[in-house]
Amino acid sequence: MQAFTKHTGTVAPLERVNVDTDQIIPKQFLKSIKRTGFGDYLFDGWRFVDEGDLGMTPNERQLNHDFVLNQPAYQGASILLARDNFGCGSSREHAVWALQEFGFCVVLAPSFADIFYGNCFKNGLLPVVLNEREIDQLFHDCGQGYSLTVDLERQQVETSAGAIFNFQIDQGLKEKMLKGLDDISMTLAERALIESFEAKHRQSQPWLFLREE
Amino acid sequence: MAARTLYDKIWDAHLVGARKDGNSLIYIDLQLLHEVTSPQAFEGLTLNKRPLWRVDANLATPDHNVPTDQRELGMAGITDTIALQQVTALDDNCKSFGVEQFEILDPRQGIVHVVGPEQGATLPGMTIVCGDSHTSTHGAFAALAQGVGTSEVEHVMATQCLVQNKAKNYAVEVNGELSPGVYAKDLILAIIARLGTAGATGHTIEYRGSTIRALSMEARMTLCNMSIEAGARAGLVAVDQTTLDYVKGRPFAPSGDQWEAAQTYWRTLVSDADAIFDNTLQLRAEDIPPQVSWGTSPEQVAGIDEVVPDPGQFTDPVQVESAGHALKYMDLPAGKAIKDIYLDQIFIGSCTNARIEDLRAVAAIVRGKKLAANIKQALIVPGSGLVKAQAEAEGLAQIFVDAGFSWRAAGCSMCLAMNPDKLGPKEHCASTSNRNFEGRQGHAGRTHLVSPAMAAGAAIAGHFVDVREWL
Repeated sequence: MQAFTKHTGTVAPLERVNVDTDQIIPKQFLKSIKRTGFGDYLFDGWRFVDEGDLGMTPNERQLNHDFVLNQPAYQGASILLARDNFGCGSSREHAVWALQEFGFCVVLAPSFADIFYGNCFKNGLLPVVLNEREIDQLFHDCGQGYSLTVDLERQQVETSAGAIFNFQIDQGLKEKMLKGLDDISMTLAERALIESFEAKHRQSQPWLFLREE
Repeated sequence: MAARTLYDKIWDAHLVGARKDGNSLIYIDLQLLHEVTSPQAFEGLTLNKRPLWRVDANLATPDHNVPTDQRELGMAGITDTIALQQVTALDDNCKSFGVEQFEILDPRQGIVHVVGPEQGATLPGMTIVCGDSHTSTHGAFAALAQGVGTSEVEHVMATQCLVQNKAKNYAVEVNGELSPGVYAKDLILAIIARLGTAGATGHTIEYRGSTIRALSMEARMTLCNMSIEAGARAGLVAVDQTTLDYVKGRPFAPSGDQWEAAQTYWRTLVSDADAIFDNTLQLRAEDIPPQVSWGTSPEQVAGIDEVVPDPGQFTDPVQVESAGHALKYMDLPAGKAIKDIYLDQIFIGSCTNARIEDLRAVAAIVRGKKLAANIKQALIVPGSGLVKAQAEAEGLAQIFVDAGFSWRAAGCSMCLAMNPDKLGPKEHCASTSNRNFEGRQGHAGRTHLVSPAMAAGAAIAGHFVDVREWL
């Protein structure tokens, strides 16, 4: 996983509550067996007027010019400003892959859905929770060329005018993001602990191991 | 020991260790696999030369993008080459890693969340994961069952563990008797309407109360299935005789002495009388009419006697905006009676409502009747090959066909429309599935979530009707 320490970038405001992962990356793109190739289809139903399918390229598509990410002011945005319960619905990690591949490094929202939030930390996309008032202010201020700096080490979002918003984050997740640590390697380092638990578990609930050869 | 909730008990029984950073390592007893969220995980194992930690703790079946017609053709029936590649990848991965799979032509194939319980692979007290958010279904068995992303699928494959923070406890208590014609689906939609789609984020819900105790296992699965639609990663129902009766004798369930030991333990899987919940919601079953969703979020539902709400009636500005968006997408005017919503398609199926009991409820409504003229297509997609066989043996399938329904083979089908079963643009569908998100059932399609009986009534009338009057 790529590490995340600090990022400065342009902000794109997505004024919608309960943005579900079906909107972030619609189902027809989940047929891919790869981890890449989803960026072109991010928010497909909102970015484009025509129905998309795997293999289509953006320049052969019909753009929805009303959608925020298609507006000239937000081209090249790398920070997504969102509303409550961002990433709800399906567990598809493809949603995170699509956001990252499109160019987003940070999502700011008052709240995130649990599975999406966890998926972000497996991939180095930083989800930042700010309170409702702060998010409202950012939506208010956000316009062409509006940029922010997100510093994970200091747990701060800084505006170009120098205003600072502090945010909370689980210390384990923070550490993992800062160092870009691989979860599986970390857990396998505790192999002995898992094996000893498993042995006890097999003894107390042997019916959970009936398919063992 | 302090009083514990059911969730606390299952958590404690699977706690491998606590990390310094506050997270915990939780042991996972069963991982269910399907074709869509597993290929990248298997690839990760291969690239890193890691084996499965426990081959026997995995069970696979293709469900999301298998076609539901001409099943006898097997893999040759998958005309979408990209979908075929994905189902083939599951086949190949299961063979090379030694994972048991119910492949496309196996009569036990079906939607993972129907197959697990049906086979007795889902057992009380288990921890279960699957790369699918509706894994919460298995909570009906007092199993802690959670949807995970593909990285976590790979993590469990490689380590048999999940790294997690413990969730809070949410008690949803329902007492009283559901009216005839009102089902678990109506109940869960009514619950989500009250909680909101993020109301139980960070919590595990335990469904409690006399109404829940009276529900069959099928109905409890419908209830737990949609926990994620209220933001909860898992839903639970405590073990009782109904649970044990359902599990006993199933192919993967323990038998003999093992059964005796298991059921003695399983009977302890209830919250202690004085256990404390972080949050509680209480409902009376009698107050709940059949529900119909009018918007694009599962919290946007109304009773059958109500009208499409005016966005302006919500107090929260965010809800006002969201309802406005939804009505525009659904092309519904505020004030329109729910009963005046006409349908183009009917979908009866999904991990929410594709079990035998659901199909019996449909048959009771449509027996001897015909689809309304405005219904272009009405699909009934059983949850598994075994549900299909049973429905055929009971004569239900013939009732459906006689009424004009298309009787299909098992899979997720038009719940998420990854296979060829889809809504056309702007079509309204009465659907027994779990999500009414924009485009979920097909590009620009419009989904109304309902119970199987309500979908059946709408199929015959052509618009929504109160099925309480049809019984």
